[in-house]
Amino acid sequence: MLAAKRQNLTELAITRLIQLAGYLSILFVGLICIFLLKEGLPVLFDVPLVRFLQTTWYPIEGYYGILPLLAGSLIVTFGAILIALPLGLGTAIFISEVAPNWAKEVLKPLVELLAGMPSVVLGFIGILVLSPYLRRLLDLPTGLTALTGSLLLGWVAIPTIVSVAEDALNNVPPSYRQAAWALGATQWQTIWGITLPAARSGVLTAIMLAVGRVIGETMAVMMVTGNAPYIPSFLKVFVSPIRTMTATIASEMGEVAKGSAHYQTLFLIGIVLFLFSLIINIIAVTVSSRRLKRSERLLS
Amino acid sequence: MGRSIPLLTPRNKQRIGFAVLATCTVVTVLPIIALGIYILVQGVPGISWEFISSMPRDGMHAGGILPAILGTFYLTLGTALFSIPPGIAAAIYLAEYAGDTRATRLIRIAMINLAGIPSVVYGLFGLGLFVLFLQFGTSILAASLTLSIMTLPVIISTAEEALRSVPVSFRVVSISLGASKWQTVWRIVLPQALPGIITGCILGLERAAGETAPILFTGAAFFLPRLPQSPFDPTMALPYHLFVISTQVPGMPVKIQYGTVLVLLVFVLSMNLIATMIRSRARARRQW
Amino acid sequence: MAAKIVVRNLNVNYQDGTESLRKISLEIEENAVTVLFGPAGGGKSTFLRTLNRLNDLGDLETQSGQVIFNGVNILESGIDVIELRRKIGMVFSRPVPLPLSIYQNISYPLEVAGIRNKARLDEAVEKALRQAVLWDEVYDRLNDPAHALSGGQQQRLCIARVLALQPEVILLDEPTSALDPISTAKIEELLCEISREITVIIAPHNTQQAARIGDYAAFFLQGELIEYGVGKEIFTRPKDKRTQDYIEGRFG
Repeated sequence: MLAAKRQNLTELAITRLIQLAGYLSILFVGLICIFLLKEGLPVLFDVPLVRFLQTTWYPIEGYYGILPLLAGSLIVTFGAILIALPLGLGTAIFISEVAPNWAKEVLKPLVELLAGMPSVVLGFIGILVLSPYLRRLLDLPTGLTALTGSLLLGWVAIPTIVSVAEDALNNVPPSYRQAAWALGATQWQTIWGITLPAARSGVLTAIMLAVGRVIGETMAVMMVTGNAPYIPSFLKVFVSPIRTMTATIASEMGEVAKGSAHYQTLFLIGIVLFLFSLIINIIAVTVSSRRLKRSERLLS
Repeated sequence: MGRSIPLLTPRNKQRIGFAVLATCTVVTVLPIIALGIYILVQGVPGISWEFISSMPRDGMHAGGILPAILGTFYLTLGTALFSIPPGIAAAIYLAEYAGDTRATRLIRIAMINLAGIPSVVYGLFGLGLFVLFLQFGTSILAASLTLSIMTLPVIISTAEEALRSVPVSFRVVSISLGASKWQTVWRIVLPQALPGIITGCILGLERAAGETAPILFTGAAFFLPRLPQSPFDPTMALPYHLFVISTQVPGMPVKIQYGTVLVLLVFVLSMNLIATMIRSRARARRQW
Repeated sequence: MAAKIVVRNLNVNYQDGTESLRKISLEIEENAVTVLFGPAGGGKSTFLRTLNRLNDLGDLETQSGQVIFNGVNILESGIDVIELRRKIGMVFSRPVPLPLSIYQNISYPLEVAGIRNKARLDEAVEKALRQAVLWDEVYDRLNDPAHALSGGQQQRLCIARVLALQPEVILLDEPTSALDPISTAKIEELLCEISREITVIIAPHNTQQAARIGDYAAFFLQGELIEYGVGKEIFTRPKDKRTQDYIEGRFG
């Protein structure tokens, strides 16, 4: 009797502990919110909001316009997705629908390898190999430009797009394809007309997650985009040096005085990034929610 | 001109389509292979016993990268310590205990958000909470804790998947034989899910080991004349060291740079390799 | 004869509306084989799963009435469910050996009950395996993984695993549906043997089997108990028209 009671107590304690761990994710998201706001928000008492919405970032002289940094992030992200989307989607379709098994066995680990590549390594290659090459190729004054960043980040985004899109394609029931083949459609018509449309929510999710990955990328983009917090002219948008929000935080946080307006502004940029990732993830989840529900039903 | 019609038969369209797809794949994959070979060729001459076992000299222009290697090892170890136990516990909660309630959905949304937060924002958070508020200072401890929180969603989601892949019938049988819920999880479900969980943990740590941004303001040091003595000391780390010697120090010998890249990649990719091996071995031995 | 389990006015509903039970009342005789038969979806499995509270794991919506076992209503929330499951064991339609060795499969329920003594475990394992007529086939490979056994052996292992706890009642849900005729015969023989000491409640996988082994028989149709009585009488002279139709194969 006593032994049974002790066993029940242990069981209860363990269950509570596990439950507590389950709620850790919520706790940490809460803590992240609190500490970003705690360090970043006070700056709004000293510096009026409009001064952040200007085009000059020169914090030492009190210019806190984050628009150039925002522009930098958006330009690089746009360029990276422009590169990664066709390549990644093409690769995903090739792996999932066309490639023979032996090719899948080679291609998938290669893409996973890329996913595991530290971004600082990509940045290093960007500096030593890619940017000198682009400078000579395009005859530019510097190889450290938005284009260099977009190219590198394209390869950062590709693994995300490939794996999420390939998952979505694999989740399309084989019966769809067989039905199309039975009606005399070629494999290509089936991919284009049946499989890809059926997987479109997954593909959209892949794009959103890739955007999130790229916009938050820090080291590679800081090393190769030239560290110039200016809004480039429209015609030279990709061949100009720029600076992203992430790079600004990473390169300036080390040198600012704790608690200064500059320091707080960097946290404010962090809040902006946090909000970006929040919105992107909410969109991604909403887009894929129907698929999620189905898989949840299957699992339960 | 009538001849142009048979050229675009469905069959030919398919040929063109497949060719485009194959080109995409080659363009995607070729740079990865080229990168790997290039780094190997450039990096091997820089590797020597002295390089991996001695301190840097002459303002890092000579000598080895021992403190960076050890630092990354410490950080990875710390991250494992702080992220694996709570991560597995959280996964057990989600896979075995949690019902489909509003709270559970909230946990999942929180996890998705944690996974999406940019690494540099984790750095800011770690600076705010661990370095300043809890006064751990710029230290291995603060950096490991920051990396742990970043790694947590990876570990939770892969471990949960591994737990869910264990057949439900094992749980029902175990319960029907008079085992409690926890006994069932501990003695039956967890051992079966272990290979998948270990794989997930290693993949999470692999990412943490290669990260730079989260440790920039929480524990990484530009240069230290001696090895860290306690978890409260800052440390050098391979990824940050690579950043330093490729952007902050002029006139670095290329041999040292590529050598560092190669050591970092070997460190990170060997973890990947181990994870893959555990996964495939477990698949082969699985009894269900 | 004495009643081992008394069921009074039992109602069970699931959230998804499948296989419910309505107003079931019957008394299960001690140390005999009671068969529950009827078409699929009639409530036999639900009834069995109610008797050792395995329904707790599923999406139960409502449950009312009484199931009296050893003087206690086991549907009450305060009872020790784990103790109950040790006294009322369950064997499933598909043999599910746990991913352990043959020996560990049998010792598992004893170990989770807190028995650590190796000698006692050895003794219990051998006894259970002998009771389930499996000992002679496996005594020399007790440490092999259980999934290496044949289907029929696996099911006998599952029965041995339940017997190791020395239960008072054993529930079997179509235990031979995945087995060949020879294995089936072995298991039927084994059930008749153990029913001298243990109350056996079984949902057989066809009417012939029900008629072969049932000391008592209960006919379930769409969640209701249509007829209940001594096996021989029900299968030769059913009182209810629906029972007769089913036995003669007009539906089901």
